Amino acid sequence: MAVFDIYLLEALINGVLLGGVLALLSLGLNLIFGVIDVVWICYAELIMLGMYAIYFLDVVYHLPLLVAGAVCIVGVALLGVLLHVLVISPLLGAAPINQLLATGGVLFFLQSAATVMFGVEFKNLGLRLPVLKLSGMFISYSRLLAFAFALVGMVLVYLFLTRTYTGTAIRAISQDRQIMMLMGVDSRRIYLITSALGGGLAGLAACLLVLQYDIHPFVGLSFGPITFLICVLGSLGNFVGGFVAAFVFAEIIALGGLYSDLEWGYVLAFAFFIVMMFIRPQGLMARRS
Amino acid sequence: MTRVLPWLVGAALVALPFVYREPYPLHILVIILIWSFAYTSWSVMGRFGLTSLGHGGFMGVGAYVTALLWNKAGMSPWLGVPLALAAAALLAAVVAYPCFRFRITGHYFALVTLALSGIVLQVITATRDYTGGSLGYTPERYRGGSSLYALQFASKTTWYLIALGVWAAGLWVWYRVDRSMLRYALEAIAEDEDAAAATGVHVTAEKLKITVLSAVMTALAGSLYCQYQMFISPDTVSGISVSLQMVFAVVVGGIYVAYGPTVGAVITIMLAEILRISFGTRAVGWDNLVYGILLVIFIVFLPKGILGSLLDLRRPRRAEAVPGT
Amino acid sequence: MLELRAVRAGYGSFQALFDVSLEVRQGEAVGVIGPNGAGKTTLMRVVSGMIRPTAGSITMESVDLVATPAHRIVELGMAHVPESRRLFAAMTVEENLKMGGFIAAARPKFRQRLDFVYELFPRLRERRRQRAGSMSGGEQQMCAIGRALMSEPRLLLLDEPSAGLAPVIVEMVFDLVKRIRAGGVTVLIVEQNVQQVLRVVDRAYLLKAGSIRASGSAAELLATDTIREAYLGV
Repeated sequence: MAVFDIYLLEALINGVLLGGVLALLSLGLNLIFGVIDVVWICYAELIMLGMYAIYFLDVVYHLPLLVAGAVCIVGVALLGVLLHVLVISPLLGAAPINQLLATGGVLFFLQSAATVMFGVEFKNLGLRLPVLKLSGMFISYSRLLAFAFALVGMVLVYLFLTRTYTGTAIRAISQDRQIMMLMGVDSRRIYLITSALGGGLAGLAACLLVLQYDIHPFVGLSFGPITFLICVLGSLGNFVGGFVAAFVFAEIIALGGLYSDLEWGYVLAFAFFIVMMFIRPQGLMARRS
Repeated sequence: MTRVLPWLVGAALVALPFVYREPYPLHILVIILIWSFAYTSWSVMGRFGLTSLGHGGFMGVGAYVTALLWNKAGMSPWLGVPLALAAAALLAAVVAYPCFRFRITGHYFALVTLALSGIVLQVITATRDYTGGSLGYTPERYRGGSSLYALQFASKTTWYLIALGVWAAGLWVWYRVDRSMLRYALEAIAEDEDAAAATGVHVTAEKLKITVLSAVMTALAGSLYCQYQMFISPDTVSGISVSLQMVFAVVVGGIYVAYGPTVGAVITIMLAEILRISFGTRAVGWDNLVYGILLVIFIVFLPKGILGSLLDLRRPRRAEAVPGT
Repeated sequence: MLELRAVRAGYGSFQALFDVSLEVRQGEAVGVIGPNGAGKTTLMRVVSGMIRPTAGSITMESVDLVATPAHRIVELGMAHVPESRRLFAAMTVEENLKMGGFIAAARPKFRQRLDFVYELFPRLRERRRQRAGSMSGGEQQMCAIGRALMSEPRLLLLDEPSAGLAPVIVEMVFDLVKRIRAGGVTVLIVEQNVQQVLRVVDRAYLLKAGSIRASGSAAELLATDTIREAYLGV
């Protein structure tokens, strides 16, 4: 029985570590939605591109990993801005579903572009980070690192949103878009900054995920849908809701994975989502329609 | 003349395979017809603002349940297909009911359905011991591949006629919905749910009806595809790509028009074939790449699709409504 | 200071303002009164840049406001307190005030302006960390006015400051407007409550169905029947 408990504890801890990264992902998505009122369906694909970038910079061009990571974060931030300027901006007045579909088109495009450019074989950084042994549990160092950096990222974003003028404006615009100009805020600039921030968070997520997972054009499908579920469960645009939901989902996935294949963890998470919708719809009601 | 035209075209379509027997073009036509039916099924609910990004899931259920029941349980598709349709209906109801009951609409609904198709794909992959996972699955051939009992036919002509019939049936359903009270109820709901509810429309029930109908039709497309191709894999019949592909085709063709999805199917499949012929295996990924770009361009510049926009040009512009102060 | 000439504006195909001309001289307090639906809010929005006029000119100290991007109008020294307050409900009072001082020119003076606003509205200092949406109507109005004052405006636009407030609070709000005006700020108020606004302003215009029907000093307007006719139709 003691052995059983250790595995459970290990799964729980791994769940927390996974939760950190998922929380980072949902933060990015929530930011974009809260401010610009658009969902980037292709968010996970941006992360996928970031992962490829790090792979090429590190394995092919032999840049130190930290440099590759920094380049990735800046690069994906720029991608975010590009996405906003080329695709989102022309559609700001259109029906929300059209905005969604347009980012769906970008999803197609990015997956295919990656397939064409890099091929479908799995790539890996080949990092063999140590595995820590804590009282009988195996905690992978890369997971701890990812969790730590995710937390740091979120704290930085929190400080930005609360301490700076621009950050406060970002929070304000999600509450009342129309009067922002009365305070001298240029909405378009805020959108661009938010897109860059969302992209940058995706870049950071790429750095963290590339430590643990293989890279292939469809890797976004492994965590994209889950991130959407997390955000919807926590109420799209609600940062705290997304944060909590991320950890809840991560635990379910980890515990599901404990008892059988990883994929069943995802299925369990979705089933949980459906059940939650029946039980606690208030937790799912958007504050904005 | 316009009354006779559809009958003439219909007769020509039916006569086609007897006159023109080249197998490859017939194959393409069958594929176009099956996917047209699938896209039309999507548009049955898509036209009312119920944009589902999860229809790949229903198609996958239709295909895999039929194939699995045949291979594992020896159940003839005559029984297997209805069961697959029932499974799809159940899945649709279970996911859609809480969404509609608790007013999860618009892009929230789209996201939930997106996750649904992703999860169906995960289930197929997770049960790889039964389904073959990403490697795909083959229904067993019965008596040389031509049998009414097994719903397998070697003759392309037979399949063409079946596909033609199903496609026509799909259009018939589209028209029936178009002329029904359900259509007006759903349009009212699409415009203002609260107002519709206030006039006595059972919002949840109506939405659920159209969703289950659409899901069942899509599952049928999946079963049909499975029986025709005799090979299915998770990415060709289910998953997010298929879901997005459906939306793309309907958007390009025209979402509010009966033949719009068919036009979309013709365009997308011809595009894929042309790319395949021109580039061979190097074309892997290029078709989706082009789809992706085209989808974005269409959404931005031609949201009503090709057919829709063409029809719009023929209609005079309505006067603009007066907005509130 | 502010001059509107033959301004036309509306929403889509619906026109709300017909050839409106008015002016506000430096140091004045001017009111625009009129019944519901007269176009008063539209007037405020077209001045502060929230909507664009379809014809006519709007200038502030010879600067063409129509040619200025909406978010730069604040930098010229004009602040608009919108109808129904429009506070950022989920943020604290102090954060709302911070947003008021967003423009570059106001940031170095943040502390100074904050103290000024808290002195004018001591209640706000008590509630500085409270969620703006959880305050009473009167407190919210004070916060909204305070927010506008953070950018040290020379022209303050007030859109129906009495809306939804109890009479006692309305009285207090207009007293505060007097104080602000006494501090050298030019004020343009749009109001339905005739009595209160004519107490505070030097001149007023009567707006009905999108056109200026009358204008004059506060005393004149109070004395004539013009207003009663406009509001009650008798």
